[in-house]
Amino acid sequence: MDRQKDVLLDIQHLHTGYRLGGKFYDAADDINLTLKKDEILAIVGESGCGKSTIAASIIGLYDHKNTKVTGDILYNELNLVGLNENLFDKIRGNNIGMIFQDPLSSLNPLMRVGDQVAETLYYHTDMNEEQRHARVIELFNQVGMPKPEETYAMYPHELSGGLRQRVVIAIAIACKPEIIIADEPTTALDVTIQAQILDLLEDIQRQSHSGIILITHDLGVVAETADEVAVMYAGQIVEKADVKTIFEHPLHPYTRSLLNSMPQADDEDAADLHVIQGTVPSLKNMPRTGDRFAARIPWIPASAHEAEPVMHEVEPNHFVRCTCYKEFHFKNEEGVQA
Amino acid sequence: MWKTVLRRFLIMIPQLIILSMLVFLLAKMMPGDPFTGMINPNSDAKEIARLRQVYGLNDHWWVQYCRWVGNMFHGDLGQSYIQHVPVASLIWDRAVNTFWLSLLTVLLTYAIAIPMGITAGRHQDEWQDQAIQVFNYITFAVPGFVFYILGIWLFSFTLGWFPISGSVSASASGFWGVLGSRLYHMILPAILYALITTTTIVQYLRTGIVDNKVEDYVRTARSKGVPENVVFNKHILRNSVLPIVAFLGNTITGLLSGSMIIESVFSYPGMGKLFLDSISQRDYTTLTALILLFGILTLLGNLISDILLSIVDPRIRVK
Ligand SMILES: Nc1ncnc2c1ncn2[C@@H]1O[C@H](COP(=O)(O)OP(=O)(O)OP(=O)(O)O)[C@@H](O)[C@H]1O
Ligand SMILES: [Mg+2]
Repeated sequence: MDRQKDVLLDIQHLHTGYRLGGKFYDAADDINLTLKKDEILAIVGESGCGKSTIAASIIGLYDHKNTKVTGDILYNELNLVGLNENLFDKIRGNNIGMIFQDPLSSLNPLMRVGDQVAETLYYHTDMNEEQRHARVIELFNQVGMPKPEETYAMYPHELSGGLRQRVVIAIAIACKPEIIIADEPTTALDVTIQAQILDLLEDIQRQSHSGIILITHDLGVVAETADEVAVMYAGQIVEKADVKTIFEHPLHPYTRSLLNSMPQADDEDAADLHVIQGTVPSLKNMPRTGDRFAARIPWIPASAHEAEPVMHEVEPNHFVRCTCYKEFHFKNEEGVQA
Repeated sequence: MWKTVLRRFLIMIPQLIILSMLVFLLAKMMPGDPFTGMINPNSDAKEIARLRQVYGLNDHWWVQYCRWVGNMFHGDLGQSYIQHVPVASLIWDRAVNTFWLSLLTVLLTYAIAIPMGITAGRHQDEWQDQAIQVFNYITFAVPGFVFYILGIWLFSFTLGWFPISGSVSASASGFWGVLGSRLYHMILPAILYALITTTTIVQYLRTGIVDNKVEDYVRTARSKGVPENVVFNKHILRNSVLPIVAFLGNTITGLLSGSMIIESVFSYPGMGKLFLDSISQRDYTTLTALILLFGILTLLGNLISDILLSIVDPRIRVK
């Protein structure tokens, strides 16, 4: 019962399809996820897997004419799928905050950064101008902005990438949202700044007890910050577990391939890093039946895959798609396991 | 902000000097001089040589240049040898006429172009946009004078709604009477002229909106829960007008060169018509003054657009 109570966001059978030449193709295909209070849920996968698609579906920011969203995204008693836009405007920025990938382009170049934060407050609180200003300064302090007062009147181009991302974070947390979605918040930043921004997100999460969905393709980021992890491939979730399980006991071939292709700090010999064959198929060419990852592990016999792979709960709270993990081995281990 | 404006003003000084020198030298390089036209079998070659001496046409070019600039500072643009009146007084009345016609044209241009550009950008690829694109192709492809002549034929000859030529009717009296008559004479050329000049502005605005609509900062604004109409007016539109503001200097230059055609077609006594008349009459003093004036107006147009741009776009302000 308690577990249920802490659920902030319950995504059930989410399908998000984009219109390409008259037909809709699902970029998010039957997604089931829950986000709880006090939790950082990482969604990880290569470029083009559909991570941003999930984020856009949750916050309702997609081109309504060319995108079809079905399923349920339950937030409290509210279903965000197909929610009336006026109602959604009350939730966006207020109950759900969003942090985007590229801080260089996510701020309006013609507006003072302080005003851009204050704009959120204008729409969701009844603060007057002075109070909004004071709150922005408070937020700038919270996100570690060096000179909050001076920064208020600055324009985005006068700030570094790291500082701009702090402004974006200040916008996202201005109204103390229960849910924060961060879509590759550190990808565009250099390494030292990345670490600072991740620390900041963790701090915010600890203080506010909000739930964070952290989208990334960087397993290092996942290891450092996440509590729960969903691994995504070609529009589907292929493995889901807590962070410890994912790193210590990964099962799905895709998860294992990703982990194996990750450089280790103590790994002298970068040459034997695993490289996943091929690329993520484009939306139109995505296989819609069978195991979508099968094409990239051709040395595994077809018989190892389920005809219609489904998620199996192999141990409590550890889900894996398809049973092919049982027969999976890396190519260079052939003979060792076979 | 003020630093930018000041710096921009200072840049204009060398620009003006170079411009005036170029204009002066160009005028000097043109074949013939004011007295060439007076040469005929009966004229006295000695008399002409004497006149050239008197008017200083034999002096070194920079002496002539300095004299010319010095005179200009006293409001003396020289004497029109052809019309036998001071150039300054010749230009003044025409400049006033052109000023009002241009102002009305600019106002009409923006009044037409801005709603059209917004509609096209907002309803990208829908029927509204396509209709505007068709209109744009037509106004872009049809040469101005064809358009003007068709307009005169339809609205002045056939329907008789507007006068065919001139700037004010001789019978108009009293302040309001004259003003009304002036407006009445300007309205058709201004509308036709504005329709031609809208094309570029509509395109700039449409492209600006289409491009900005999908920018990341717009998505950020939406993610804050800003209502869609505010997202459009405050975020998208403000960023989309930057190219138009930057283009303002060009618009002004375009108006000046366009004024030659429209004023000739409508026999409207403005600077453009005066310019063409001066060319055919080889009225060099007037021509030189006009070229200089056009040059200065172009520089001013760019100055205004730069200042406006620095007001709306913080990125180009000097720190
Ligand atoms: N608006 C759209 N119209 C058509 N196809 C789209 C659209 N947005 C995304 N796609 C396609 O959907 C698939 C998933 O895209 P998505 O942006 O969700 O991936 P992602 O996992 O976030 O990748 P990245 O790491 O590059 O951000 C891709 O094949 C992409 O090309
Ligand atoms: Mg993405």
